[in-house]
Amino acid sequence: MSEEKLTLSHAAYDSKIEGNIIITRVDAAINWMRKNSLWPMPMGLACCAIELMATASSRFDISRFGAEVMRFSPRQADVMIVAGTVTYKMALAVKRIWDQMPEPKWCIAMGACASSGGMYRSYAVLQGIDRLIPVDVYISGCPPRPEALIEGLMKLQRKIEGEESFKAQKQEPANA
Amino acid sequence: MPKDRPMSIADDLQALGQSNPIEFRGETTINVGLSSLYAILQRCKELGYELLLDISSLDHMGSEPRFEMVYELATLDDSKHLRVKAKVAEGVDVPSAVKLWKTANWHEREVYDMMGIKFSGHPQMERILMWEGFPYFPLRKDFPLAGKESEMPDVAFSGVAPLEGGPFVTSPGSTRETGEPRAKGES
Repeated sequence: MSEEKLTLSHAAYDSKIEGNIIITRVDAAINWMRKNSLWPMPMGLACCAIELMATASSRFDISRFGAEVMRFSPRQADVMIVAGTVTYKMALAVKRIWDQMPEPKWCIAMGACASSGGMYRSYAVLQGIDRLIPVDVYISGCPPRPEALIEGLMKLQRKIEGEESFKAQKQEPANA
Repeated sequence: MPKDRPMSIADDLQALGQSNPIEFRGETTINVGLSSLYAILQRCKELGYELLLDISSLDHMGSEPRFEMVYELATLDDSKHLRVKAKVAEGVDVPSAVKLWKTANWHEREVYDMMGIKFSGHPQMERILMWEGFPYFPLRKDFPLAGKESEMPDVAFSGVAPLEGGPFVTSPGSTRETGEPRAKGES
């Protein structure tokens, strides 16, 4: 009789536990954690980097979106923000830093130069960082205002929300 | 030369043995032969031109000699400015001015990098802006602005830039507002 009572009490509503439980999908939980704690790798190469710094400081405050932890080591970063003109001389260094970032990783091409070479139609400038590394979000502007960078970051957050993170984790790495 | 009066540019030119300098808008230029260039620069240094402002080079493609060196000299105390030019044929080395002015080191490396003029007696005749191994000299007239392809594994590569039809377009003959560069499909 007492055993049955115990089982019943487990099946019944427990106010001590029930209020602290959220029912969700693993993907949604992982993505929620990832998108609100994006650690940027600031690849500041030109004037866009000044706007990137402005975005990080108090007036615009990128930490409202969880991306304030600028990491100058690629091994600790989630999102590379390519801010500025990528010259051919710098291009492979950017690629190398990108390769050192652990998965999952994303890339924001900030401004006209990083997106397409911008006004530098020249022998010295790579015509868009997407020729070397995959880009998730392009931000137009020369340089973009901090609001534009924040908008780009929010776009990236939307994109992360839709990813199948759990499935990706169970997959073997492609180049293992 | 009396010591109580500062030397004017005319005095300097006389000391250099230059009788027909080019005067243009208050700037003095002397053209010298490549063989006497180093001696002239040395004499300029002795005459008080302690500051080498710049070294640049010109490409007169189609005429001989093809290149021309330009040295901008100045004095520190009375702001005299003298320009020394010397024509250089393709493939001919120019005597380095590093022993006279240390700042010539990087200027000459830039001239070598961009124009392909070599300097004899330079302590480190290497490229300074482009990477070592880049096969072209980009400021020569026969090098296209868009660039040429090159490939150095693990160092750098370069490609050809599109000079028209990029992602941003302007509409000609429109008002200023609508003529602003816009992303394609939005103009």
